[in-house]
Formats: sequence, structure tokens, C-alpha cells
Amino acid sequence: MYVRHLQLVDFRSWEKVDLALRPGPTVFVGRNGEGKTNLVEAVGYLATLGSHRVSGDAPLVRHGAAQAVVRAALRREDRELLVEVEVNPGRANRVRVNRSALPRPRELLGLVKSVLFAPEDLALVRGDPAERRRFLDDLLVSRTPRLAGVRSDYDRVLRQRNALLKTARLARGDALATLDVWDTHLVELGGQLLAARLALVADLAPHVARSYAAVAGPGAAAAGLGYASTVPLAGDGAPLVAGEPTARAAELSAALRERIAERRREEVDRGMTLVGPHRDDLVLHLGPAPAKGFASHGESWSLALALKLGCFALLRADGEEPVLVLDDVFATLDAGRRAALADVARSAEQTLITAAVLDDVPEELRDARVEVGAGTAVLVADEEGT
Amino acid sequence: MYEGAVQDLIDELGRLPGVGPKSAQRIAFHLLAAESADVGRLVAALQRVQAEVRFCVTCYNVAEGEQCRICRDPRRSTDVICVVEEPKDVVAIERTREFRGRYHVLGGAISPIEGVGPDDLRVKELMTRLMDGTVTELIIATDPNLEGEATAAYLARLVGPLGLAVSRLASGLPVGGDLEYADEITLGRAFEGRRRIDA
Repeated sequence: MYVRHLQLVDFRSWEKVDLALRPGPTVFVGRNGEGKTNLVEAVGYLATLGSHRVSGDAPLVRHGAAQAVVRAALRREDRELLVEVEVNPGRANRVRVNRSALPRPRELLGLVKSVLFAPEDLALVRGDPAERRRFLDDLLVSRTPRLAGVRSDYDRVLRQRNALLKTARLARGDALATLDVWDTHLVELGGQLLAARLALVADLAPHVARSYAAVAGPGAAAAGLGYASTVPLAGDGAPLVAGEPTARAAELSAALRERIAERRREEVDRGMTLVGPHRDDLVLHLGPAPAKGFASHGESWSLALALKLGCFALLRADGEEPVLVLDDVFATLDAGRRAALADVARSAEQTLITAAVLDDVPEELRDARVEVGAGTAVLVADEEGT
Repeated sequence: MYEGAVQDLIDELGRLPGVGPKSAQRIAFHLLAAESADVGRLVAALQRVQAEVRFCVTCYNVAEGEQCRICRDPRRSTDVICVVEEPKDVVAIERTREFRGRYHVLGGAISPIEGVGPDDLRVKELMTRLMDGTVTELIIATDPNLEGEATAAYLARLVGPLGLAVSRLASGLPVGGDLEYADEITLGRAFEGRRRIDA
């Protein structure tokens, strides 16, 4: 798919901008602070209903405005798809697809597919497990929209259960009488989430390995993905092998239930849920060693890039071309990795690239440019052979 | 901001559920422009609610007097109790005219985040009603969300030893709706709860 037209109203620094776009690579070029990233961030927002830079919606609305609107016309297998999102901080957002309102914003998830790579993604390798869980869950929802419901229900049950555990010691009577009820919900939803994550990691692993080999060049160690769980799994954390069946939801629910029973006393003492997918981690391997703590800075960068390119390849293998967004990354890459990334960028149906300096972007990607500055953004294309 | 009394009225109205600042302002100015007799009736209605409406001593539905209209009605069956979260759920079920038993209003659902546990609901009162053996069936009609489901599961476990018939309202497709518009969770539930058609 590709974005044919993008319109923003009061989104980030943009009061209003209308921008026509084309398939293929396009470079957004302009000085720092002119709003290049804000334009491509809006495309990412349509895919995940979240931003890669901030966690809440409030910073997305231009200072002084009450709401922001992101409106995009996309082409998806020769069909027009018009998506409009009204961002209302503190209230429910509203989403329309082809001019009809969706009952819930999260029903948009999975419709617009995009993969965004930005300097912030280094945190996928070096940051907390929460970053990697969010990475997995976002990809999960993009491939299987039904899981958005499972994910949000799991979070809610977790909050309820933690609230109960926290008050359990102080409360009068047998406050834990209702704990069993929440346990039932937790293991049911947790089992589904775990099963889906394990299957995803197994599907994603070969794509990440291939992308890493291409990015890091010949002679580099092989990249692998594993899943470390608070629920005992066979081969805990070791790299998963594609094609091997992963555990099913029902088995995982049973395992989760057992583990919760074992740690009940500890959970009551600490006032929180200690087992479940919310405490798990995606383990990145380079050769025999886990990447975290062992990978060099360059290796970490390559691995972060390979994770995102792996996503891109996986979604493409599922049968839908995602929009590739590369936010301010070429300047930080060396020649080899730049060339590897340029290969993928050229092959994508649409790639949106931001750069402060045009020379940082490989020459073959520069034919179409959006010049960003003084509150405007205009598409300029070198016409060739037409 | 408006002058004292008007702003006070807007603030009070804005505190009501479902009324935002804009609606509060609209209602306030509507009341200012209304006939004084109309406003008088509203004031009287509010005061009467305050003074006269109580909760039924048996089922905790809203009532004028000791017992609510349903508990007083001798034609209604005493062997089935339908458990709901709020009095407005009673009204919703009454509109169906399908149910001829009695109700029990819990006053909410279990939600630790809001500090609501079984002791804050009328669960003990329900158990007392079930003890004397006249009730043979319990229908749990809490909301089909996480908190409502948790409350239903808790109650089912609690009354299990009494040997009553306990059921939960079905969830599934809306009548008159289209299959294609149902979300996956509703459709999945509808599949789970499918019924055999007798030929």
C-alpha cells in the first residue's frame, strides 16, 4: 500500500498541511525543527494509533488547539482507502474509514500497515523489556487485529488484580476471596497473549536473521530471537526455530495457573502480579551470546535495524506491502549498512525518508523530495523518461 | 465564567454523569429562560426523590416505602431471582416482560481499582434471601464486561454449595443485526453459545 495524500490539521507543529505523495522512495528534507518527522509520524500513527516518540496523545495536538486531525488517502491493491483520525486528548478519539465512523478507534488497527525505523529504536536492543514487549504486541495487533481486545482486556484484568493484591493486606475480611475470579481471567487472556507472542517470535526470527546478515555484512554473527517467560517454557529464552510448533493457548493458560498458585504468597506480600506476559521479554541473540550487554554499539544499531526490517519482511510475506518509514537514520549509518537499507527502501512500494541533509541519503533514493520549511511541505519530483 | 449563581448551577449540572461543560451551560440557560412553574416542578421532583425514595428492604431496587413495587406484587414468582448491578438494569429487564420472578440489586460490580469488593455489594443480603429454600433458580444478569463477568463468577462459586440452578445471561448477536457488523468477540461468544435447532 502507499499513501497518496496526507492532510494534517493541528497535528504537532503543523497548523494545516496538504501533501500529495507518490509510490516509491520520497525524501523529506528540511532544516531541523521544521516538522519533517511530524509528517511521517502521522503515517505511523495511523498504523498503531500511537507515536514512536511519546506515549500519550496530548503532545500530538498543536499547542493551543483542542484536537488534531490526521487524514490520509491510501491506495491498497488498486483500491482507495480514506482514513481520518480525530485525536482528542482526554476524550475518545474518533476514526472514520471511507467516510463511515468506526464504533471503536482500535478497529482501525491492522488496516493501515507501516513499519517505522527511527533513532529511538536503539532502545529495542538496549532498553527495558517493556520496549520489546510493546514492539511485539504492536506487530501482533497489526497482523491479527483481534488481539487488540485481548491485549487491552489483559491489561485491565492485571490492573484490577494488582489493585486487589495491594489492598489485600489492609482489607477487612477475606479480601482474597475474589482473587480466584481474577486469576481465571488472567490465565485465560494471558495464555492467548503468550501463545500469540511465541508464534510471532518464531515467524519473525528467520526474517530478522536474514535482515541482520544483509545489514551487518559477511562474517557477522547470526542473529536469533528467543522468548524469556515467567511461565516455564521448554527451552526458555533460547532462539526459536521457525516451523517448529509453539505451545498452544490452553497449555500456556494451565502453566500460568500453576505458576500463579506457586507464587501466591509472594504476590500478596509484594502486592503485585509477578507472573504473566507483562513480565516477559524478547531475547535477542548474536551468535551464542545474548545481545544485551554483549553487543557493541554498531552491532546494536544493526540489530535494531534488522528487527524493523524483519517486521517489514514478515508483513510483506503475509501478503500486504507496508509503508516503510525511515526517520532520520541514514546519517548515523556507515556505508555498508546504508547500502543494505537503500536496497530495501528501493524495493518497497513506498518509502518515506526524513533527512536534515539530502547528501546523507543514497543518491538512488532522491528522485522524489518533499521540501519542508516555513510552514509548508511541497512534493518536488525529478521527472525522468516521461 | 459567569456571575455567582449561574456559574454555581453550571458547575452542579456539570457534575452529573453524561453532562459535559457545554451541555451544562445549555441546560442552565434553558432553566433561566423557563417558566417559573416548570422550574418549580423540577425542584419539587428533586426534593421528593431526596425525601421519599428509599431502597427496597428486600431487593435493594429503588422504592417508595418499605418494599418496591415488584417485591410487593403477589403474582410474581418467588422461586426465581435475577441478580443485576443497578436499579436501571431492573427497568431494562422489565421492559422485556419476559421475566416474572424477583430481582436482587447488587449496587455495582466487583472492581478492586475502584475499591469495590463483595463486602461493598449486597452479596450477604442475597445469601440471606437464598437460605430459606424458597428460591430454586438464580439468573445472573451482571454486565458482560470484565467486572461483570468477575462478579458473576464469584457469585456462581459462592452459591454453588446451595444446589440452586444458576445461569448467566447469554451473550451474542443483536436481534435484527447483520452478522458482518458483529465484532470478533461478540461473534466468538455467539458461536460458543450456539443452540441446536429442533427440526
